[in-house]
Amino acid sequence: MRRGFLQSTAVSFARAIARAMLSEQTAQRRGLLQALDPRVRVVGLFSLVLAVTLARKIVVVAALFAAAAALALLSKVSLSTLAKRVWLVVLAFTGVIALPAIFLTPGHPITPSGPASITAQGVHAAVLLILRVETAVTFTTLLVLCTPWTHVLKALRALRLPREATTMLAMTYRYIFLLVETATQMVDARRSRTVGVLPPAEQRRMAARTAGVLLSKSMAMSNDVYLAMHSRGFGGEIQILSDFRMTMRDYAGLVVFLFAGALAIWMGR
Amino acid sequence: MHIPDGYLSPSTCAVLYAGAAGGWYAALKRLKRELLSRVIPLISVFAAFSFVVMMFNLPLPGGTTGHALGVTIAAIVLGPSGAILALSIAIAIQALFFGDGGISTLGANCFNMAIVGSLVAYALYRMIAAGAALTSRRRVIAAGVAGYLAVNAAALVAAIEFGLQPVLFHDAAGAPLYAPYRLGVAIPAMMLGHLTFAGLAEAAISAGLVAYLQVGDPKLLCRTSGLPRGAAIEAAELRPAATSLRRLWLAVAALMLFTPVGILAAGTAWGEWSPAQLAHAISLAASARPPVQAVPAGLQRLSTLWTAPFPAYAPAFVRSRSFGYLLSAMFGTGILLSLSLMAQRLVKRWRGATA
Repeated sequence: MRRGFLQSTAVSFARAIARAMLSEQTAQRRGLLQALDPRVRVVGLFSLVLAVTLARKIVVVAALFAAAAALALLSKVSLSTLAKRVWLVVLAFTGVIALPAIFLTPGHPITPSGPASITAQGVHAAVLLILRVETAVTFTTLLVLCTPWTHVLKALRALRLPREATTMLAMTYRYIFLLVETATQMVDARRSRTVGVLPPAEQRRMAARTAGVLLSKSMAMSNDVYLAMHSRGFGGEIQILSDFRMTMRDYAGLVVFLFAGALAIWMGR
Repeated sequence: MHIPDGYLSPSTCAVLYAGAAGGWYAALKRLKRELLSRVIPLISVFAAFSFVVMMFNLPLPGGTTGHALGVTIAAIVLGPSGAILALSIAIAIQALFFGDGGISTLGANCFNMAIVGSLVAYALYRMIAAGAALTSRRRVIAAGVAGYLAVNAAALVAAIEFGLQPVLFHDAAGAPLYAPYRLGVAIPAMMLGHLTFAGLAEAAISAGLVAYLQVGDPKLLCRTSGLPRGAAIEAAELRPAATSLRRLWLAVAALMLFTPVGILAAGTAWGEWSPAQLAHAISLAASARPPVQAVPAGLQRLSTLWTAPFPAYAPAFVRSRSFGYLLSAMFGTGILLSLSLMAQRLVKRWRGATA
């Protein structure tokens, strides 16, 4: 049965909350990535994503994919979670995009020539694209799963991201959940008063109304937040505590990440 | 339209990060003229709102659903600078905390959706709604058209980024290293989905929100109304706005139906010459001197860049077949939308008659 606006939007909200909860839970486990300083995690995984995008050889990208899977296991992230959350989703999305490339890319045909012959260059391009996206998204997901969002933010601050930007990221992340909760309550309230399926035009009107009320509430809330910040003495100057301490293990981790990234870039030229 | 890691080369990502950084800097500088302590919560809460609106599953005509970007309503309520920052923050949160959209492509995604989207949406809304009262129906239509075209402009920029990858980055054997399709395939493939679902979703939510705000919270429309602030608020309290969006759908359909009219004009559009036409034009312009036979080498080489994937789709009277293909797509979408509206009207009439 097809779901209407109310049900499918409620499902989207629930899924977002579930994803955030999963990250919070995974970040608490005692794994390899979790044990490293968040700055090392951010720099290390970003450098591996860079290596994945720079490497031009399938075998090197495949090796990085294997490294990502090993890193997941060492960080107590199950491969089935990764498969469900990343690998199958990417395969479905990028696979559909990459598949026609095996026919459309000009090059040496490897099947009998006809209206749609497969070319060696096409297969190479499709495999490289799928593998590259799978690997890069796995590294990003590992960062998201193994690092509480507050630590990602602190690491970004340590990397000299402007304070205004990190403050806005932090506030937005908090308010997303508040607004998701508000929107869920609005959707649930309407669902409990709806019998049968509404016509699409009415559903669109309801979506606009829900979004409109949410917008009005958001703007009122931003005013309240401003007043609350103002009352506590906020005048636009942002003060941040940084209590991270690098240990020998963190330095060793950083060296391993950077060495692996550099090696992959060099070998994948 | 969120580009994941791996579709764009690192150098493309770097260029788009630089482009996005320019946009962020300009937007922040502009907003800092206002009180920074006021701007930070405003942008943050609006970014959270955009994030939530992106999760809405909007039912579209024809039984499908689509997700809006929320960039148009951000541009209408906050203005372009605020919209650029709010959307960029929402996109960054998706990438950094939810793993949606790439990290290397974060600059590209912000450039396409937040910067191009906001600027196009704002410019079109201001242009179409210029001088209209705050509760005018024209503002609803302006928001819908701005939303439709802003999402398509962002998608077109993304498609161009994809389409340049195989031309610029391939290995010695010619195999593409990143997104594998050239412009001739990338643009129609990307645009078809956005001319239909994504564009309509953004048009529906933007127009619906403006119609709601006209009644529910007209002050939020004052910032970008172009009207004197006091007069705008006064006008906002005069009459309720219409609730039906049918006129918007008709406007979008008419917009798409009339797109091919431009190509009926004689001659080639300025700057869109083929190498042969350019050679002819140069020789005409310099008729006192000996005629020029050769066109610039760069143009000759790049003229093969754009090839039609399905030439049969292009109408014969269109000179550039890919362009014709795109127009055909728009034209087709317009016809489908019009048919859907007509069918809807007929069904309603039939139901009314049987009742």
